[in-house]
Amino acid sequence: MTATYRLDSTSAAPAPQNAPPANDSPATARRAGRRATGRARRAETRAGIAMAAPAILLLLGFLIVPVLLGFALAFTNARLISPEPTRFVGWDNFVRAFTIDPSFFHSLINTFAFAAVVVPVQAGFGLFLALLVNQKIRGVTAFRVIFFIPVVTSIVVVSILWKFMYQGNGLVNSFINSVTFGAWQGTAWLNNPNTALGAIIVLSIWQAVGFHMLIWLSGLQTIPQELYEAARMDGAGTWQQFKNVTWPCLRSTRVFVLITITIAALGLFVQIDVMTQGGPVDSTTTLVYHAVRVGYSQQQIGYGSALSLIFFVIVLIIALVQRFLTRDKD
Amino acid sequence: MARSHDIPHAQRQLRRRRRVWSYLVLTGLALFFLFPLVFMFVSSLKPDGQILSDTDSWRAFLPSGHISLDNYRGVFARVPVGRFLFNSILVTVLIVGLGLVVNSMAGFALSRLRWKGRRLVLMLVIATLIVPFETIAVPMVYWVAHLPTLLFQDGSLVYDIGWLDSYKVQIIPFVANGFSIFLFAQYFSTIPTSLDEAARIDGAGWFTIYRRIVVPLSGPAFATVAILTFLPAWNQYLWPSMVVQDEKLRPVMVGMQYFFQDTTAWGEVMAYASMITIPVLLVFLAFQRAFVSSVAASGVKG
Repeated sequence: MTATYRLDSTSAAPAPQNAPPANDSPATARRAGRRATGRARRAETRAGIAMAAPAILLLLGFLIVPVLLGFALAFTNARLISPEPTRFVGWDNFVRAFTIDPSFFHSLINTFAFAAVVVPVQAGFGLFLALLVNQKIRGVTAFRVIFFIPVVTSIVVVSILWKFMYQGNGLVNSFINSVTFGAWQGTAWLNNPNTALGAIIVLSIWQAVGFHMLIWLSGLQTIPQELYEAARMDGAGTWQQFKNVTWPCLRSTRVFVLITITIAALGLFVQIDVMTQGGPVDSTTTLVYHAVRVGYSQQQIGYGSALSLIFFVIVLIIALVQRFLTRDKD
Repeated sequence: MARSHDIPHAQRQLRRRRRVWSYLVLTGLALFFLFPLVFMFVSSLKPDGQILSDTDSWRAFLPSGHISLDNYRGVFARVPVGRFLFNSILVTVLIVGLGLVVNSMAGFALSRLRWKGRRLVLMLVIATLIVPFETIAVPMVYWVAHLPTLLFQDGSLVYDIGWLDSYKVQIIPFVANGFSIFLFAQYFSTIPTSLDEAARIDGAGWFTIYRRIVVPLSGPAFATVAILTFLPAWNQYLWPSMVVQDEKLRPVMVGMQYFFQDTTAWGEVMAYASMITIPVLLVFLAFQRAFVSSVAASGVKG
């Protein structure tokens, strides 16, 4: 180990406190100290910018620019490959979405319907699981791992699997059939406009709930045990302990879980692409799926960008509203 | 809890009964979470006809009847699985590896250095967290299709337009990650800055401090970021299905599309699905402790 620290002329500026030689007058010493500080500070700035630069450039190039480009393209008739030049068309794309595109209307309804069910059910189910696996009983880690396995499994794989299970003669119907002793005949869940979205909701919750279970669990584990002991002393039962200790203590976890589930739910795409392609009769089209369908598959980048922009605004508003509703009351 | 010995008998019995119930519920739920995957692995070993006829009984979850690896052989005959796996591993390793370097350096610069523009950059990084990828996918395709690219052709350097159909288009846009930078910055700020000062008195430059002091002390942060970026990188689907048409460059998830059209070969579908799921499951089971704490860490930010 010859040189543990590389000697670097720019950053080797002596630290101010040992910079001024002892025999100098206080004024010169202060000046020298200031100069050294200035040099160190400049070196620090240079190092800071240099080290942050790769990440900043990549974020600019592949996040900020596409966002701004999306804004700009939303007001044009851009196509991915086009003989005619891109033209500014004002609000045409937005007018088209809200007035003459029935699929947009359906996608809006479906996206909100999906989120309206998934957000509370998944959050609640996740909390229930977290409470179960937060008990001090033997083998509970194994259950945590099992509940998390679908999260690790790709949503593409999960969608294919459930697509097979949802067929008319699939596992789901066989199960229903044997549980109800044949009294209730199932349907081909994904081919029926009335059940397709519901079927996708079930598999989506099944896949992602383990993730939120772990988030809830980490929240639960920050609650001091003394609070529960005090509550028990006061004779609080299980439900009262939950209502008066657990629930209030989970405030910040609640905000996080709600926001992440909502944003994930609004972004529903893969399940649709793999399982139904938006059908039957637009009953499962979602905003993102529709935006990608027109923007990419039909190459109408301008219109697709406009739809993406609408989606972004909705996500933003909902996140802000949730933040506001769950803000610190004090 | 020294008073556990004087808990009355009735109360102890109540506790025991509650524990039995917990195990019953937990086991039922475990079956609910496992059955589709068990069904997948088991079906991948059966011929198509048997998969369909087994759905109406417990046999669907048991490796019974005619069991073989024929479906796996069929998959290899039909699609270049080896190539897909190679592509996915390459893309994932590079996204995770480059991401660890780039994001940790940025996290270091933002948490331990004082420089002009730091606050602005920090705000920018945090702002990127609210942009879901889905909202920029469409303009992003347009953007990468117009990026300049340099190629070697017949020994000379050629300038071309368009990043479509390449490895770089699958990797580079996902290297920098606002959330990773944020996690690194948070972790780094818990390491005492007196270490930096001591090193600086010894004449160390900032990069040296990063590499020799902060990185070696931040194993858990690197593990967390690696795990949180590994899963989405391996599971990428939307983006590569838009920008990669060339079969030789496709990752495993897009390879799944080869089975969408012909959904009668369910045995092969299950075999392919098993092949792209098993590697991730093995990684997960090997590192499950780290996985759990990573996800917990991602929720702490609130």
